[in-house]
Amino acid sequence: MTAEPLAVSTPKSHRTEALEERPVNLDGFVEEWPEVGMVAMDSPYDPAPSVRVDGGVIVEMDGRPRAEFDFLDQFIADHAIDVSVTERAMSLEPVEVARMLVDPTVTRSEVVEVAGGLTPAALLEVVKTMNVVEMMQALQKMRARRTPANQAHSTSARDNPVQVAAEAAEASLRGFRELETTLGVVRYAPLVAIALQVGALAGTPGALTQCALEEATELELGMRGITAYAETISVYGTEPVFCDGDDTPWSKAFLASAYASRGIKMRFTSGTGSEVQMGNAEGRSMLYLEIRCILVAKGAGVQGLQNGSISCIGVPGAVPAGIRAVLAENLLASTADLECASGNDQSFSHSDMRRTARLLPQLLSGTDFVCSGYSAVPNYDNMFAGSNLDSTDYDDWNTIQRDLQVDGALRHVPEEELLAARSRAARALQAVFAQLGLTTITDKEVDAATYAHGSQDLPMRDVLEDLKAAQSVMDRGITGLDVIKALETSGYSDMARTLLSVLRHRVSGDLLHTSAILTSDLETLSAVNDANDYAGPGSGYRPAGERWREMKRLRHVVSASNPEEEIG
Amino acid sequence: MTSTEARPERLLDAVERGEAAVGTRPDEVVIGLSPAFGDFFTKTIVEIPHAEVLRELLAGVEEQGVLARVVRYRGGSDLAVIAHSAARLSGSGIGVGVLSRGTTMIHQKDLVRLSNLELFPQAPLLDPETFRKVGRNAARYAKGESPEPVPARNDYMARPRWQAKAALLHIKETEFVTPGAPPVELDVRIRLADAG
Repeated sequence: MTAEPLAVSTPKSHRTEALEERPVNLDGFVEEWPEVGMVAMDSPYDPAPSVRVDGGVIVEMDGRPRAEFDFLDQFIADHAIDVSVTERAMSLEPVEVARMLVDPTVTRSEVVEVAGGLTPAALLEVVKTMNVVEMMQALQKMRARRTPANQAHSTSARDNPVQVAAEAAEASLRGFRELETTLGVVRYAPLVAIALQVGALAGTPGALTQCALEEATELELGMRGITAYAETISVYGTEPVFCDGDDTPWSKAFLASAYASRGIKMRFTSGTGSEVQMGNAEGRSMLYLEIRCILVAKGAGVQGLQNGSISCIGVPGAVPAGIRAVLAENLLASTADLECASGNDQSFSHSDMRRTARLLPQLLSGTDFVCSGYSAVPNYDNMFAGSNLDSTDYDDWNTIQRDLQVDGALRHVPEEELLAARSRAARALQAVFAQLGLTTITDKEVDAATYAHGSQDLPMRDVLEDLKAAQSVMDRGITGLDVIKALETSGYSDMARTLLSVLRHRVSGDLLHTSAILTSDLETLSAVNDANDYAGPGSGYRPAGERWREMKRLRHVVSASNPEEEIG
Repeated sequence: MTSTEARPERLLDAVERGEAAVGTRPDEVVIGLSPAFGDFFTKTIVEIPHAEVLRELLAGVEEQGVLARVVRYRGGSDLAVIAHSAARLSGSGIGVGVLSRGTTMIHQKDLVRLSNLELFPQAPLLDPETFRKVGRNAARYAKGESPEPVPARNDYMARPRWQAKAALLHIKETEFVTPGAPPVELDVRIRLADAG
């Protein structure tokens, strides 16, 4: 039975009107355009895998003879691919390697060895044979650290250091093992970086801190011991985009070695979509170019990579299979034996359903850092332009962990504990600023920061005075040791000792190991002493014991012994 | 997000008048258009007609008693290059660059190219009123004043909505680039659509 075609001017149905109102229709979607690289992972213009070795040197890769290599090809061929296994690995069918990834009886190290011999095009062919469930199964085996962790963004729309200190304390108490900040007004950086560090000490000890800035200042703050690690060292998948930033793989490797020379943890950043966003994708798919980035990170010798599209998530998010490609890039970073801080760190969708669906592959599989930036502040305060999760999502996150018995590395914390930590962080910062002769923090600000949800709840600061103080931190050469002394002098001895211990780890170099974090006992937990041992059902990391008891707690749980009351 | 509904439809006629020359009048602002502005493309990423964008920019400049000249930059689609080129053609040294999708920048000829006086990076947040303010501020810089920058707006949900479309618009605009082509002077007329 066919209906008469309706005239074009027919009014919309009420159903269509209801659907048009749904938040998902505020998101942007575009048609694929493979010729310019606007395609996630399935493009007719990606090269076919090939490799040829002559005299211990790769002389042809993915259809290109060595004489025609661009600088990424050369760097990858010479530094990332294991020449001793490449010909054997490349002789395997992509689906054979994919099966090794999924099969729990094949060990992680066996997969790492074979994958180490694969070229970018071959790695792409492997993940193209996998659906998202297979990728998740593979990711739970391939992540480097056994215990998952999480990273927070602690920022302020007004760059308010008192707010950042209080938020850092709460974030570390809630379970984040890394805290990242950045600025609206870049000159504020030294003050906010100190605030982040001091605040983190007032929560659960051992949360590492970083301040995302242009590379020279970021390195200097790290070397001074004001920050503990670095992450925003970006690499790209085509030569023109790399050159736009006046960089090469070698210059990035040099920067990486500067961090390593001081025992400072660092990782690179990359992600699908950046090259097409900048109009220079050379007609390759987003995932092919991202695989080149992963191998540049590996070749540079850094321990890890932040990927999962990151700030370009709106690009893969707009094309078919884009979020599958984003999962594939996380999986391949882990398969390259790198720490993977797996995205979920940028505003992604107007739809709560869609942003949860985008999160689940990393949350359920477990990664080294499920979010490489869960906004620990409301998104209006997020100076990384918003995250996929923010501080209003804490209770949802904790509930999903409890529902599925999956460890997303966060926990519910009772109000009194949060307030005590937030207050102590703000007070300690007040004392440190006073000791170091920086700007005044009033008691009123301490109180406001304790109870604040965001920067709008805090009094305005004297920005010009703060900026002068920030400059004096740089001019006077203030270091992490000065912060320790200020804490000790002001009676915050436990926080002083914790920071000293964090800085001491630079001397041992333990934080240079893959996927290193610090426990609340200030012990390093890394792929060396906490290697992922997943080998199928009954093995690997599963939340149990005290951690599972902690995960069962929520804001409202009816007591079984007295159903008129709530526990916790 | 935008308030174009109530505005009468306007059309943009732009006639090329040969290679653009460096201006001699100290009281002028040069507005540099990207290769496909008002040509292949007719509206910004949030569908503000290019005629409206240009009308507001020109009105903002002229209400300050400053003269405006319009050129088309054909040699590239990089906003900093377009805005800086406009500034170097301007008798006052002040130029405005505008891309088809709406991204806009005020530049000054003595600044390095990657610097600027004011940048409006989030094209989806630029409404006609903002373009008027951009024109006004450019004119005030040309008069040697130090105006308060036009308030920058921020929307963390702009990325999921617009990022991929912005990439497509950029790539498409780049297809209209003629490498090495000099900027051309434009005679611009903006008229009401129903006025014939």
